[in-house]
Amino acid sequence: MVRWQKKAVAAGAALVLVAALGACSSSGGKKDEEKAGGSGGNVANTPRMKVALITHSKPGDTFWDIVRRGAEAAAQKDNIELQYSSDPDGAGQANLVQTAIDSKVDGIAVTLNKPDAVIPNVKKAVAAGIPVTVLNGGLDTWKTSGAIGYFGQDERIAGQATGEKLKALGAKKVICVIHEQGNVSLEARCQGIKDKFGAVENLNVDGADQPGTQATITSKLQQDKTADYVVALNAGVALTAVQAAKDAGSSAKIGSFDMSKEMAKAVKDGTVDFAVDQQPYLQGYLAVDAIWLNKTNGDTIGGGEATLTGPAFIDKTNIEAVEKYATAGTR
Amino acid sequence: MASTITTPDTVDDRVSTRSVGVRLLSRPEIGSLVGAAVILLFFAATAAPFRDINNVGTILYGAALIGVMAVPVALLMIGGEFDLSAGVAVTTAGLTAGIFAYQFSVNVWLGMVVSLAVALAVGAFNGWLLMRTGLPSFLVTLGTFFILQGLNIAVTRLTSGAVASNSVGDMDGFSSAHAVFASQFKLGGITVKIIIVWWIVFVAVAAWFLLRTKVGNWIFAVGGDAAAARAVGVPVKKVKIGLFMTVGFFAWFTGMHLLFAQNGVVQSGEGVGKEFLYIIAAVVGGCLLTGGYGSVVGAAVGALIFGMVQLGVVYAGWNPDWFKAFLGVMLLLATIVNLVVKKKAEAR
Repeated sequence: MVRWQKKAVAAGAALVLVAALGACSSSGGKKDEEKAGGSGGNVANTPRMKVALITHSKPGDTFWDIVRRGAEAAAQKDNIELQYSSDPDGAGQANLVQTAIDSKVDGIAVTLNKPDAVIPNVKKAVAAGIPVTVLNGGLDTWKTSGAIGYFGQDERIAGQATGEKLKALGAKKVICVIHEQGNVSLEARCQGIKDKFGAVENLNVDGADQPGTQATITSKLQQDKTADYVVALNAGVALTAVQAAKDAGSSAKIGSFDMSKEMAKAVKDGTVDFAVDQQPYLQGYLAVDAIWLNKTNGDTIGGGEATLTGPAFIDKTNIEAVEKYATAGTR
Repeated sequence: MASTITTPDTVDDRVSTRSVGVRLLSRPEIGSLVGAAVILLFFAATAAPFRDINNVGTILYGAALIGVMAVPVALLMIGGEFDLSAGVAVTTAGLTAGIFAYQFSVNVWLGMVVSLAVALAVGAFNGWLLMRTGLPSFLVTLGTFFILQGLNIAVTRLTSGAVASNSVGDMDGFSSAHAVFASQFKLGGITVKIIIVWWIVFVAVAAWFLLRTKVGNWIFAVGGDAAAARAVGVPVKKVKIGLFMTVGFFAWFTGMHLLFAQNGVVQSGEGVGKEFLYIIAAVVGGCLLTGGYGSVVGAAVGALIFGMVQLGVVYAGWNPDWFKAFLGVMLLLATIVNLVVKKKAEAR
């Protein structure tokens, strides 16, 4: 290090120290936050098992974090060691399934949003005697894979329910924001809204770029002045859409899919009209628990049919009941 | 922004014989300016909302989001290196400030100071490792890219228990920081986000710095031929480390915008892929991928082209399925116009 660099580091360190002494925030922050109550209860005395949860999630996505929490809660209760992995690329996800087979897990919970890529390896797992459950995506294809159960929502039906809701709310023109171009589930939601509502236009944005998403939604609302509802397909995009509507000087209202801590706040104070919850916690929980029940008691949740976890509408009327769970990160 | 193109006031005898027009045409950014004009006319003709003066603010905002980072990325490319970690470094900066302030319940500004130190350290690390090992910047910064991407998610989960940072929106210092990094004001019907103003300031300062200072000359020298530059006494190592630290500084700035424009919450998975947009802006703006040539103003025009195309497609109301394809065609178009103009200029 040369002299000026040393000086800069020293100055920086000194500044941090000085500021740290008298810069405590009077509001917010960790000190302000109350710890949510911990979970108690007993752990099952069945033999220790190893279950793999393999999703198509991009890293760092709040929705999938909630799925994982649910799965972990079930694993803890059932004396299961949970191995979580994910890859948004179809071939990559299929390979993770193979890895789970190789490491001789006792069960696999998997998403089938890229069915063509992943199902061949799921069949291999089934052939190897490993029970497989499907969650979140793959409603049309999970039975062909040989899986013992499906936990998720029918995206088309969720979209249709949203379409009905929009009709009841008196909407006239809806912008449906797709944050992952080419994702089958997201397309199905927008299509479902279109089925029941009609005047729907899709808009593609990059979900991993919030400011860019905001600029794109703003420009759409400036272009189409007739749009009076923006429906986002995840919580992060919905909150961005709120800002975008403000920027565009548009009076368009915001509806959304999925919950989060921030979303609960937005629904409560009315900046987001409603959220369609598919209960991701439940998806993760049931997908793992179903494996345990199958291994220990030969049960199949859903009795060979899909178990739907949504859609449930959350708006001002019922947000109170959901809010504390959303804040704790399980809704 | 084009106003920052200035003619030197101390006239060098080798250029004084050429006309102003020829000199202007031989600037690296001139091709991109023509490209920008073509794109502007195209969308003005095909998309009615694009012509609405009130929407200018939105387009400029889209451009500024890339443009601010394109400033140091262009400087770095002129200096002969590039930085693949620039996209996630922005997220790292935003997360660091948010997480630090939240975890220690301190004023947000303190979190920002810590974040600045981290961002500069990341840049210094990139530069130091590059100079120390002699590896290509592609490899070094690819490594940093993965490290930061992993740290962003892992540290966020360790501290907040989730993959998004805890909100600092209600903490001390948030409103003043918001005013600096993410506020907006009205200017004759146009909503101007403050980051646009910062962007223009940064471009002006960096362009002046590059063209009028000794260090600016050094940047061209190390990018053109590092060995020759070293032979004439240019401190190559210092210049390169300094350039990477400049990227760090701007990543910090953009990260602060990210944090304060989103009510104090940052998603830890963001920023992946943005590094290419910064590089694209610099290249469309006339920077050579091999170094030693280019301009900051050009990179700004490159970002403007990207912003115009990205939002122009939406303003035109085209079928969104075609969005990425339109974007690609338009960028190629702009780059080709750029190339043709530059060839013409060089032929004179």
